Formats: sequence, structure tokens, C-alpha cells
Amino acid sequence: MALRPSTTESPLVRRILISTALLVLSLFLLLPLTAVFAEALRRGWEVFLASLHDEVALSAIHLTLMAAAISVPLNTLFGVSAAWLITKYRFKGRAFLLSLIDLPFAVSPVIAGLVWVMIFGSKGWLPPTAMAEALAPAARLIASLAEYDGFGWLLADLAAWLADPKIVFAFPGIVIATVFVTFPFVARELIPLMESQGSDQEEAAVTLGARGWQIFLRVTLPNIKWGLFYGVLLCNARAMGEFGAVSVVSGHIRGETNTLPLHIEVLYNEYQFSAAFACATLLAFLAIVTLGMKSLVEHLSGHQSSGHK
Amino acid sequence: MAKRRVIPGFGLSMGFSITYLSLIILIPLAALFIKAAGLGWAEWWNLLTTPRVIAATKLTFGASAAAASVSMVMGLLVTWVLVRYDFPGRRLLDAMVDLPFALPTAVAGITLTQIYAPNGWIGQYISQCASWIQTNYQPGGWLGGQVEDLAAKGAAYSPIGVFIALTFIGFPFVVRTLQPVMEDLGAEIEEAAATLGANRWIVFRRVILPLLVPALITGFTLAFARAIGEYGSVIFISGNLPMKTEILPLLIVAQLEQFKYEAAAVIASAMLLVSFALLFLINLLQRRLDWQHR
Repeated sequence: MALRPSTTESPLVRRILISTALLVLSLFLLLPLTAVFAEALRRGWEVFLASLHDEVALSAIHLTLMAAAISVPLNTLFGVSAAWLITKYRFKGRAFLLSLIDLPFAVSPVIAGLVWVMIFGSKGWLPPTAMAEALAPAARLIASLAEYDGFGWLLADLAAWLADPKIVFAFPGIVIATVFVTFPFVARELIPLMESQGSDQEEAAVTLGARGWQIFLRVTLPNIKWGLFYGVLLCNARAMGEFGAVSVVSGHIRGETNTLPLHIEVLYNEYQFSAAFACATLLAFLAIVTLGMKSLVEHLSGHQSSGHK
Repeated sequence: MAKRRVIPGFGLSMGFSITYLSLIILIPLAALFIKAAGLGWAEWWNLLTTPRVIAATKLTFGASAAAASVSMVMGLLVTWVLVRYDFPGRRLLDAMVDLPFALPTAVAGITLTQIYAPNGWIGQYISQCASWIQTNYQPGGWLGGQVEDLAAKGAAYSPIGVFIALTFIGFPFVVRTLQPVMEDLGAEIEEAAATLGANRWIVFRRVILPLLVPALITGFTLAFARAIGEYGSVIFISGNLPMKTEILPLLIVAQLEQFKYEAAAVIASAMLLVSFALLFLINLLQRRLDWQHR
């Protein structure tokens, strides 16, 4: 029998530790994940499908997709720009800027919603009445333009919003609360990656005469594509699943300003458990896809994503 | 400016980043603080020392600290197993650790409630266990009250439920902070300790654990900071009884629903100040960690 190396434990201890860890993880992580699907299907497929085909559920899904479709690109743009700034240059206040980017992680989701109520709420800095007054000329202009055909359908909506410019307790509020909460995700994923890759290739591109966008598109982007992809994915998962911040600003109007997580809350509080869990499976599925993609990206890029999010 | 910048785009990325950061994060947070600062110190003190706020503060910080501590122990065990041992399913397990990051909080909330409720998958056993203790030992006092609670409600709708949800949320922070540090530990010092006659347990206690302490503290602080602000996963399982199972973020929402904007702003500002202090601490710790790494 070979001698056991001095830097590992006896097989018995090892087995005990592995089984304890497995037990902890399955009770703690696998069980809840299984429970989502089990609860959703408890009353059969028909109930499951019916709860997803429900008109209110569909409008919640639509709203969630719309909010993510606006907030994720915005934060991706910021993430790339901030990562470029932080990793390609050295300047005063760089470390401070880095901490500011992390700031939303330290803010409770509820507070992330509250700040917008403080600005755009009826007692805020820019209450709807003041906004309506300020935007009245624009509203009249757009309304008169909307009377001509062509872009009428588009302008009519805009004119209606400008006449009653609600931000909080309406769709714009949901978007900005989501933007606040998902703000750091792309930047946090890109900064360590771009820092570790250094700027040598970009500098070489400069000496060869490449222009700014050329350098980014042809040199940097291919290097960071997997990290960027994963950052966007994380940002999207959080954007679609955000609950606290959106709950504060949405106003909870059924079929109008309820996103999917808020719809789940309503159903659950009305004891429609199967329907609530049916909607929850969509978000749980999104989480599984996100985790799977993460493993895939790590495998493909060989980079271990560091960090805590 | 001493050094000329070689790579183009400084002005554009600086301008866009700062503008966006200000519009989305800084100005809104400033609005909250200005709103809260509009009230004097006496008002602040009055609003923050109502019994309801004090009860919520105790629960939030107590449950968060307990959850972060348990996460730390569980995280240490899981990270050790993931880094040191090879076994079938290790990669899958590694990916699973991030589930609480990826699973939306509302989904986590309703699921945990369902599991730990008195008729749930785990809750029924907790409830039965507590009933058994109750009938066989009939303990009185504080412990008796706890057992009675557990028998009636499982682990949900009580401070224990809050603790469970917060542990679920905080656990990955510890693993992901600890993992890189543990992977970088060299075998040399362990070999040296072994040649000097230390057994495996002593090597762990005296050699490995001290090297992990900074990462453990960072992981604890991250989990703690996240737990304090957590909302979605807690409100379903806590039952939300004022004075008993109400957490601070929920109290803010409650103030808002009663249109008490000032009170909401003051509680939120106080919470933010604590969170920023924690963030500052995390940054210091992280710097220590990076420095130690080199």
C-alpha cells in the first residue's frame, strides 16, 4: 500500500467531509430548486400551462422583457466604457471611481427604488405636476404632429405620456430602478478581466496606426467577448428577477405595472400557489441557464471568474 | 500631466462613465440624503428610536450576523471540499454554489417558505420534532416558547425563517471569496509542518486556517452587508409581524405605503450609512487580501 502524502487527509475524513458538503448543498440549494418545479406541477400540466397563458401573466412577462431590453444595453454600454477607463488609463481618483461603481451592491434594493420616489414622487424634486408643466409645450407639439398620419401610432403614445408624465408608479420608474440595481454587473465582470490582459496589444495597435474604434472592435473586443457575454447574462438575470426595487416604484397595477416577480408575489399572496410557482419556473429556468452559461464560458475562455456578485 | 496617454478614448470614456454614474447613482442617492438631512438631529433621533424601528434593527442585524456566521462555517467546508478533493459531480456542485446569486429573490422567498412551512418538505420534520420535544419534556420559559413556535409554524414565519433566507443569500459570498485564496495556498508550508511532526488537524488549525482568516472575514462581511439590505427572499418567509418579524427594508416600504416619506428617507439614510461603512471595511480587507496574495 502506498503511503498517504502528508498534505492530505485520511480517506475516512475525506469521505465524511465530501458527504457533509454534498448533504449541505443538496438540502440547501438543490432542494429549493427542485421545489420550484415540483410545486408548479403539483396540480398537473394543464394548470401549469394555463397559469402561463393567463393574460395578466403574459403582460407581466412582456413588461419584464421590455424593462430588461432597455436597462441591460444601457448598463452594458456603461460597463464597457467604465472598464476601458479604469483599465487603460491611470488617473487621479481611479480607486475612488472603482469604489463608486461597486456602490449599488451596498444599497438595499428597497432603497434603490426609494431614491427614485424621492426624486419623481409627488413630494419629490420633480413631481409629476411640475414635469407636466415643463413638458406641456412639447406635449402640445407632439400631439399636433400625431394628428398627421404616418408615425401617428408611435407619437400618440408619446403625446399621451408627455401630457401626464408619470415616472414613478409607471413603466419608466421600473426601468430606472432596474438600471440602478443592475448597474455594476458588466463593469465588475470586465474590469478584472481587462486588467489581467494588460494594454500591450492595444498599444501595439496604436503604433500600427489603428484608430480608436478600430482598436476596440478588432483588438479588445475579441479578447473580452466571453467575459462581456457573461457580464451581460448576469446583468440580464438580475434585471429580469429584480423584486425589491421594482416593487417600490411600480405601484402594483395588475396587468399594467406588475413585472413577472411582482406578479408572482401577487399570486402567492392570493394563495394561488400553483400559478405563482408556474411563473417562478420561468425565472428559475433563467437562473439555471445563466449558471450553465457561466460554466460554459469558464470552460471556453479558461478564465475563472473571480468575484462576488 | 506627466505621462501622455497612448490609447485613445480617454475623454469619451471618462465623460460617459462619469455622467452616467452621476445620473443613475450619485444624484438619486444625494436626493435621498438631502431629503433626510432636511430634518434636524432631534427628528432623526425620534424617528430612529421608535420601538418598531429598534425591534426591526435588532432582528435585521441579529439575523444577518447569525446567517453570515453560519454561511462562513458552511462556506469553509464546501470550499475545502471543492478545492481539495476530486469526486464525481464536483464541477456541477461548483456551478450550483452560485444559484442564490442567479435565482431571483422573490422565487427564493416563496420556495423557501414552501419548504420550511409546517407542511413543507423540511418544515414538517422540524414541526414534528418540536411537537415531540413539547409533549415529552414540556420545557418552559424562552426555550419552551421557541419550541412551541416551531411546532406550530415549522421554521417559517419566525426570526428563524429570516435567518434561513439570509443564510441562503449569503452563503455564495463566502465560497467565492475563499476559493481563490485556498487555490493559491502552496503545499510547501503544509509539507514543512508535516515534517516537523504536526498532524493533519494541527496543520489545519495552526497553518492553513490563519492564512484563510482574512478571506473568511471578507466573506463574512460581504454576506452580512448583503443580508442587511435583503428584501425579496425574506418577506415571504418572515410573516412580517411588526415588532416581531419585520426587517428594516420592509419597515421602509411600510412607511412609504403610509406616505411617511421623511421617516422612510431617514431610516434608509441610516441604513445606507451603515452599508457604506461596511463597504469601506470590505475594500480595506480586500486590499489586505490582494497584498497578502502577492
